[in-house]
Amino acid sequence: MTLTEQIITIGLCSIATMLTRFLPFFVFSGKRELPGFVQYMGKALPPAVFGMLAVYCLKGVSVLRFSYGIPELIAIAVVILIHLWKRQMLLSIAAGTAVYMALIQTVF
Amino acid sequence: MTDKNFKRDGWKFAFKSAFPHTLPILAGFLFLGMSYGFYMRTQGFSALFPIIMSVVIFGGSLEFVTVSMLLSPFAPVTTFFMALVIQARHLFYGVSMLDKYKGAKKLKPYLIFGMCDESFSINCSVKIPEGADKNKFYFCVTALNHFYWVAGAALGALIGGLVSFNTEGIEFVMTAMFVVIFLENWLKEKRHVSSLIGVLSSVLCLVIFGKDHFLIPAMVVIACLLSLFRKPVCGGDEE
Repeated sequence: MTLTEQIITIGLCSIATMLTRFLPFFVFSGKRELPGFVQYMGKALPPAVFGMLAVYCLKGVSVLRFSYGIPELIAIAVVILIHLWKRQMLLSIAAGTAVYMALIQTVF
Repeated sequence: MTDKNFKRDGWKFAFKSAFPHTLPILAGFLFLGMSYGFYMRTQGFSALFPIIMSVVIFGGSLEFVTVSMLLSPFAPVTTFFMALVIQARHLFYGVSMLDKYKGAKKLKPYLIFGMCDESFSINCSVKIPEGADKNKFYFCVTALNHFYWVAGAALGALIGGLVSFNTEGIEFVMTAMFVVIFLENWLKEKRHVSSLIGVLSSVLCLVIFGKDHFLIPAMVVIACLLSLFRKPVCGGDEE
């Protein structure tokens, strides 16, 4: 690939990304009221998307190969328990990450 | 006291209240950005590549894929469509943020430009601290995250080979953050239909289509189920 081709490739990736980020705002821009269905989706989507992102982060975990997703499972359990206990976002995230790092660096 | 309150809707207060929310991203992006910057150097690219790419693309998973695209024969059409497919999930973020970003005026283009997974998740789920200007708060979250990513990529590209300490597993900080955001939302919501649809559709599609191709089918299934179960999803909340 020449430098020009490389620049075009990077540019295309940037344009494609921006298209996916800006499109909803372009389509539903202006002063007019949002259609009821879009308003509904705007409210209904976030919980589903949060779930989707959590799964997305774990997509590389294999339950069939060693370590069978056990460190992830333990660390997520820690995150959930600590969060239910203290409701401190940063604490739950830090504790879960520390447990995970300890697990895969020593046990698994 | 009054003097302090007077300044509360300014940038300083917005920055101060936004910063703690971005700490997990600081940890995650510095590390991931560094591995990305260093990886590009090992593939023979100059340090400018990861730095510029992290500024103009600002999407971790696509940037890693772009590296292999840059190493293959030039294929603009394939590149463009692959990028669209990888980034399609942002369409959902846009629809979710239409209302929240409505009054952002001059800041709006940047808020949308920098709407990565993490900035979206924070801005969509956060309760704006009392007195803070919400648009400035959103802007600080977005800009800080963008900065962490670019700084990480730059550090990795410039000094990636020099530092070696045991950070294995630190990438879990992102997973932990998304789990907490999901859980926090779960604890607040009255009905869990949408949360359940999101997790179950994603897991199902992951099992069926595999880790590289599940996101688009999952998005389609989520959109269909949410349209079908409009009543159960919002229950009595819909006016």
